[in-house]
Amino acid sequence: MEAKTLFDKIWDSHVVKKVEGGPNVLYIDRHLIHEVTSPVAFLGLKNRGLKVFRPEQTTATPDHNVPTENQHLSIVDELSRNQVEMLKRNCAEHGIKYHDLQSEGHGIVHIIGPEKGLTQPGMTIVCGDSHTSTHGAFGAIAFGIGTSEVEMVLASQSIMQPKPKKMRITINGELKQGVTAKDIALFIISKISTSGGTGHFIEYAGSAIKSLSMEGRMTLCNLSIESGARGGMIAPDETTFNYMKGREFVPKGKDWEQAVEKWKNLKSDEDAVFDTEYSYDAADIEPMITYGTNPGMGIGITKNIPIYNGMGESDKKTLEKALKYMEFSPGDKMLGKTIDYVFLGSCTNGRIEDFRAFTAFVKGKKKAPNVNAWLVPGSKHVEQQIKEEGLLEILEEAGFKLRQPGCSACLAMNDDKIPEGKYAVSTTNRNFEGRQGPGARTLLASPLTAAAAAITGKVTDPRELMDNEFLETDKTLEPV
Amino acid sequence: MAYDKFSVIKSPAVPLPVENVDTDQIIPARFLKAVERKGFGENLFRDWRYNKDGSPKSDFPLNNAKYSGKILVAGKNFGSGSSREHAAWAIYDYGFRVVVSSFFADIFKNNAINNGLLPVVVTPEFLERIFETIEKNPEAEFKTNLKEQTLTNLTTGETEEFEINAYKKHCLKNGLDDIDYLVRMKDEITAFEEANS
Ligand code: SF4
Repeated sequence: MEAKTLFDKIWDSHVVKKVEGGPNVLYIDRHLIHEVTSPVAFLGLKNRGLKVFRPEQTTATPDHNVPTENQHLSIVDELSRNQVEMLKRNCAEHGIKYHDLQSEGHGIVHIIGPEKGLTQPGMTIVCGDSHTSTHGAFGAIAFGIGTSEVEMVLASQSIMQPKPKKMRITINGELKQGVTAKDIALFIISKISTSGGTGHFIEYAGSAIKSLSMEGRMTLCNLSIESGARGGMIAPDETTFNYMKGREFVPKGKDWEQAVEKWKNLKSDEDAVFDTEYSYDAADIEPMITYGTNPGMGIGITKNIPIYNGMGESDKKTLEKALKYMEFSPGDKMLGKTIDYVFLGSCTNGRIEDFRAFTAFVKGKKKAPNVNAWLVPGSKHVEQQIKEEGLLEILEEAGFKLRQPGCSACLAMNDDKIPEGKYAVSTTNRNFEGRQGPGARTLLASPLTAAAAAITGKVTDPRELMDNEFLETDKTLEPV
Repeated sequence: MAYDKFSVIKSPAVPLPVENVDTDQIIPARFLKAVERKGFGENLFRDWRYNKDGSPKSDFPLNNAKYSGKILVAGKNFGSGSSREHAAWAIYDYGFRVVVSSFFADIFKNNAINNGLLPVVVTPEFLERIFETIEKNPEAEFKTNLKEQTLTNLTTGETEEFEINAYKKHCLKNGLDDIDYLVRMKDEITAFEEANS
């Protein structure tokens, strides 16, 4: 039999039909929806007189535009409120499970999927949000779709897609102290650029990837899309199964044992061929930070912003435009640059481990007075854990406050907008012009680097502040 | 959704010689709060197109009266970032039917075709000459022929073929979309579910 990649195995088993001279009709196991990219899809269904085909395979949560304060009150912004209410109505009408803003199960769509065990190995998972790639961490094919495709899934539990090419990125070796999954991702994108993955689906492999926690794997897969790839995935293993066991929607008892046996086969055959391969040494990665206006414009935090010398004309133009927006100069050092905001949150870094890392880092220190810090848990469950584990007290002691769950300043659709011209060290996924608010300037980094900046008020190498005490508290990074 | 059937489009083009144009620039997130698919063209390239006080930025091509037409020509890696289909809607709603670039992001390309907006991939050299042609003569016309799968620079006479799969071509030509197709396939999909449960 022909050797197959993990991606091939899952994709091929979900093809309902190959359209002559066209895409595949791909069956979708799990569909996640939110308030922003679904209303027009439901409207389309209505106009065609259609019902949702398999309502039990779709799950809904309002996350993109919700406020992160006073969630018990009615949403003030009329348009946002309308979208949220519309989602609720559409779900009620079509029998779709909806996680209301005040409910225990509420959170960012890509946080609650894994949390509830909706995300499982071998599945096809889609959502009208490009960071659906997060779910690939479990060995699933997960990718973002447009609203027309949301309508397709609602109408037929299938979409039409050409099969992407396959890429493998292998990272072997041991990660250095202070280097996280976020740094691996920013490192990769800085190497292959924001278009390097276009047309491909990535599989991450190698000892450094295997050593990541489940949440770290989610962070890495989450950022796959920023390299232009449709998604990223990691073969499931004991780490995956340990994380999943006992979660709400995973099989129980005997079914669980059987499922695990099946999932263990989900890996690329040894002689499987990838269209594109890259490999890197974990030891070459240091904490990363971005200096420009796309996620590929990242460097090791101790490095300087590139200079124009030796650059092609078009790269130079892109860099010039970015640096003008950021008000940085070629050759500048990133270390020591004054910042105004710190944002911890989003589906990239809004999980409990991110909060544990941030908290362990700031423990016993004080937030810099010039910094506004927004700490936004990815879900109600994460918020609960922060309180139960005593992290909130440590954070408050250090001068931080906690907000309520949602996408928040990741895309600034609600009131959480970084003001024009201000610099934010952000644990999110996009540093595009105006992404975090009109005129806002985003420096993407890990929760540790964000914590370091929150304490000093400037771009700081987190390793400089990691004393013995941190190393001891480092055990709080372990999943409970 | 229903869109106009696509055949031959002959028109001047609007140049946007910027690379890596992400969908956050095409339509910023704060304009995604509508629940209908209307009026997004007004906010196309909002923050590049208008000053904070709402006055148009004179140096942005869309505000320059000398440029017009149904074809948008942009630098490489157009449409990266967010999957928001609103980006394709905004471009279509503004009046464009074709976007030309040397490289498109995947999701944007899908979204565009699903909405009757044709993404045309050309070689970097051909793209460069299109920009040059427009710079010399903003009224210069270009012809997109879906049937032949060609784009012609009518000033220089150069033609390049572009790729589009037979199925999508059929859809665009007939104003059909994937949902029509999938809905007709429900029995096959149900059979697939049964075989795999
Ligand atoms: S946190 Fe950001 S990237 Fe994630 S789903 Fe929300 S808006 Fe999208």
